[in-house]
Amino acid sequence: MFGQLGSPARSVALPALAVTLVALVLPLTDTLAWQQLPLSLLGPLAVAVAAGAIISRRAAGIAGGFVALAGVATGAVVATWIVHADSLTGHVSWGFWCYVLALGLLVWRSMSAFSTVRSQRKVLPQIFRLLVPGIFGIWLIVLWELIVVGFGVPRILLPAPSMIGDVFVESGSMLTADFHQTVIRSVIPGFVMGNVAGFLIAVIVERVMFLKRGLLPLGNLISAIPIVGIAPIMVMWFGFDWQSKAAVVVIMTFFPMLVNTVIGLSESTNIEIDLMRSYGARYWQEFFRLRLPNALPFIFNALKINSTLALIGAIVAEFFGTPIVGMGFRISTEVGRMSLETVWATIAVAALSGSSFYGLLALLERRVTFWHASFQASRN
Amino acid sequence: MSQGTGNSSTVVDITQLSLAFQTGDGPVHALSDIDLKIRSGEFVTLIGPSGCGKTTLLRVIADLETHSAGEIKVNGVAPEEARLQRSYGYVFQSPALYPWRTVEQNVSLPLEIMGRPKAERRELARHYLELVNLTGFDRKYPWQLSGGMQQRVSIARALSLEAELLLMDEPFGALDEITRDHLNEQLLRLWEKTSKTIVFVTHSIPEAVFLSTRIVVMSPRPGRVIDVIDCNLPTNRVLEVRESPEFLEIAHRVREGLRSGHSYDDD
Amino acid sequence: MTRVRHGKIGGNAGPVTVVSLALILVWYLGAVYLNSAQLIDRYQKNDVDWTLSQLALDSWSMERAVLPAPHQVAAELKKSMIDTKVTSKRSLVFHAWVTLSSTLLGFLFGTVLGITLAIGIVTVRTLDQSLMPWIIASQTVPILAIAPMIIVVLGSIGITGLVPKSMISTYLCFFPITVGMVKGLRSPDPILLDLMKTYNGGHSQVLLKLRFPAAIPYLFASLKVGIALSVVGAIVAELPTGAQGGLGARLLVGSYYGQVNMIWAALITASALSALLVSLIGVIQRLAVWRIRGMQPMGVR
Repeated sequence: MFGQLGSPARSVALPALAVTLVALVLPLTDTLAWQQLPLSLLGPLAVAVAAGAIISRRAAGIAGGFVALAGVATGAVVATWIVHADSLTGHVSWGFWCYVLALGLLVWRSMSAFSTVRSQRKVLPQIFRLLVPGIFGIWLIVLWELIVVGFGVPRILLPAPSMIGDVFVESGSMLTADFHQTVIRSVIPGFVMGNVAGFLIAVIVERVMFLKRGLLPLGNLISAIPIVGIAPIMVMWFGFDWQSKAAVVVIMTFFPMLVNTVIGLSESTNIEIDLMRSYGARYWQEFFRLRLPNALPFIFNALKINSTLALIGAIVAEFFGTPIVGMGFRISTEVGRMSLETVWATIAVAALSGSSFYGLLALLERRVTFWHASFQASRN
Repeated sequence: MSQGTGNSSTVVDITQLSLAFQTGDGPVHALSDIDLKIRSGEFVTLIGPSGCGKTTLLRVIADLETHSAGEIKVNGVAPEEARLQRSYGYVFQSPALYPWRTVEQNVSLPLEIMGRPKAERRELARHYLELVNLTGFDRKYPWQLSGGMQQRVSIARALSLEAELLLMDEPFGALDEITRDHLNEQLLRLWEKTSKTIVFVTHSIPEAVFLSTRIVVMSPRPGRVIDVIDCNLPTNRVLEVRESPEFLEIAHRVREGLRSGHSYDDD
Repeated sequence: MTRVRHGKIGGNAGPVTVVSLALILVWYLGAVYLNSAQLIDRYQKNDVDWTLSQLALDSWSMERAVLPAPHQVAAELKKSMIDTKVTSKRSLVFHAWVTLSSTLLGFLFGTVLGITLAIGIVTVRTLDQSLMPWIIASQTVPILAIAPMIIVVLGSIGITGLVPKSMISTYLCFFPITVGMVKGLRSPDPILLDLMKTYNGGHSQVLLKLRFPAAIPYLFASLKVGIALSVVGAIVAELPTGAQGGLGARLLVGSYYGQVNMIWAALITASALSALLVSLIGVIQRLAVWRIRGMQPMGVR
């Protein structure tokens, strides 16, 4: 693959150490120096030790990655403690931000160490593949917390992750009720119906040449249509409760499945079809043994696209009228009440359910279409 | 003719067969006035430059293409009926194995479509995999095999139908020469063992001469037969036969035939 | 004897017309079906005898139909596009323009962001591993749900108008562009990369002379997806914010006041806008391919 920018190990650890030392000279807050808050020195110490170990080559490669990670973990805990300490919120100064920069450099060091693992050894590469984005994600949240609390960003603008976490603890039952209304009652039935309908129609369309030639160009047009716009009409037709949301989801998921399945079912090569013909296979024999397996990658593609569309459809439909429960309802009312941490918590629930739905489909895809070229490429 | 012993029956009987494709620039005569009889147990090779209709002729025999004039009988019936009776196995230019099926499942695919019971399918698949020297690979997936092995699987798949007739369309065209030589020898052994009737399409003269009992030389525009050459090379021949004078003589005749049928200046 | 899959697929115009007409017919029939309940109710109340043809005609001319007939929507379109002055707040052209401007701005941001991210991902391995999963995860966040919040938040720090709205479009459209571009930048044959190596070409040269041209077909394919998403983003961004202009606002107003025809007209305008933008990119693509001759959008769906 394309080369690495610079030699990763020392080129990042060295500036990390330098920046840490600079940070110690600069003031920690508007009024305090580092040594006036002795416990805070633990952070820079951890970073310096980790960077030092890497520079002196006591810890190289993956070991260096873990050392950097340990240094970052300790340093991040200390940093979080500093910004949350009494009377420091919103008052941290240059020394602190230099220190955060050093932390960031170490994070980069550990990620680049782990991201080269795959080429170095075969043992447990899967774990490292999850580790790198995991570190990145956690670092983003830590950074978010530090910046929001450190600069004293108003709650109205952007709540800190810790505040959003509080909502989960305090209003868990409300979030659960919203989740139940939106995901369990609207999204899942709509998703199932829309995909099944799209698939069945696609099978018919694929069989009838005339329909295929007439519908596929239209299908491309339809995929350009902002279908969420249908939401107000569905609310008028099916009322405020989950039925109208499910209807929006059905329509949104129907077309991607239809178009993808039709394309997928036509994906078999002439030789493959001739082979079935030479066996005197009947249509359904050919369908199940040849066309359907060939269409599976396309069907999964549609399912994955639809998994995000479905959630969007249901939430947007709730903007147009809903009983007093549901994620879309929660977002629009809490924005009005300027209770942004609740909005963010709802979004987190949505993101989590969306991601796990997507992840589940991706796992299933891997199991079912393991033979497909796209997976073989990653195998080698 | 030498190989054709008197009592063998005619498997493929083609008289005055023509095929024209309609295109935007008028009809293209892919095949014109073909006469050919293939008897049971023969190994007939169709050879010619690209565009001479050799593959088309094979596809007509297999009912993958329909002729526009003349007559053709396969096993004494029309090609379509022969196809529905599963009376031939077809090997394509590429292995065309289904990547979602294991090697064994691929080989038993035609049996599955014919509705044979599972135990029988397994037994036949194992048997034919052994015949193409692929014992032990039954649980592998096609993409885990080399190109030559894949093509052997596809031959086993064509054999598993247990049809009398085997149609092969440049099956080794995409393989390297060493693999190809090796598979040629294996195919010859297989033919001797199973006494199938084989119709084989190639554009390689050595391959044609080495394998065949009869070589049908074709030429393009319109696709027609210009020479039919008997091959009397000894049974049990090995690759070294290609240096023998008889071999070279036949090869020479094939080359002459190809040259006479095709003027290279006109395009 | 020529079987269809061997023949040229062409002349889709016939089937497309027939299927389109069939869809319009289904629409008319659907209008009868959906509106009949209300009408029959009304007939019975007024003790009117009715026939099927009467029912059909009435259901195609209802003031507040459950499903208005195509010609009613067409009339509404004509009224709000041609009969109304373009500058008027009642003109659909005006609203379409509002939506278009935020679509285009968001699309521009999204394209720049998407291409930048793709270059980063292709050139820096650590970015590939750390960023890519999150880019995918970002799309499982129902961003449209965040739309109101983003607009409120940006509004509270003084950013109002076009930019916050277009942010939603940006968020939606950068994803397909990033993914398509990464695929495209990685599409050159290893042999060609080796060739560049034999010339001792630097990273930037490989990017400029090989990877970028190779990515062009992929870029256009994803731009088409991106701009359609951009329209969706712009419309949804207009929904929850009490925006005065834009097709999204029309949808909302229509749903508040039960103006079904207005909703359908806005919906159709939005679809036409979207289709127009997609085909515009198609035209640009053809021009670009024509300029860089011999470059076929091969293997791009």
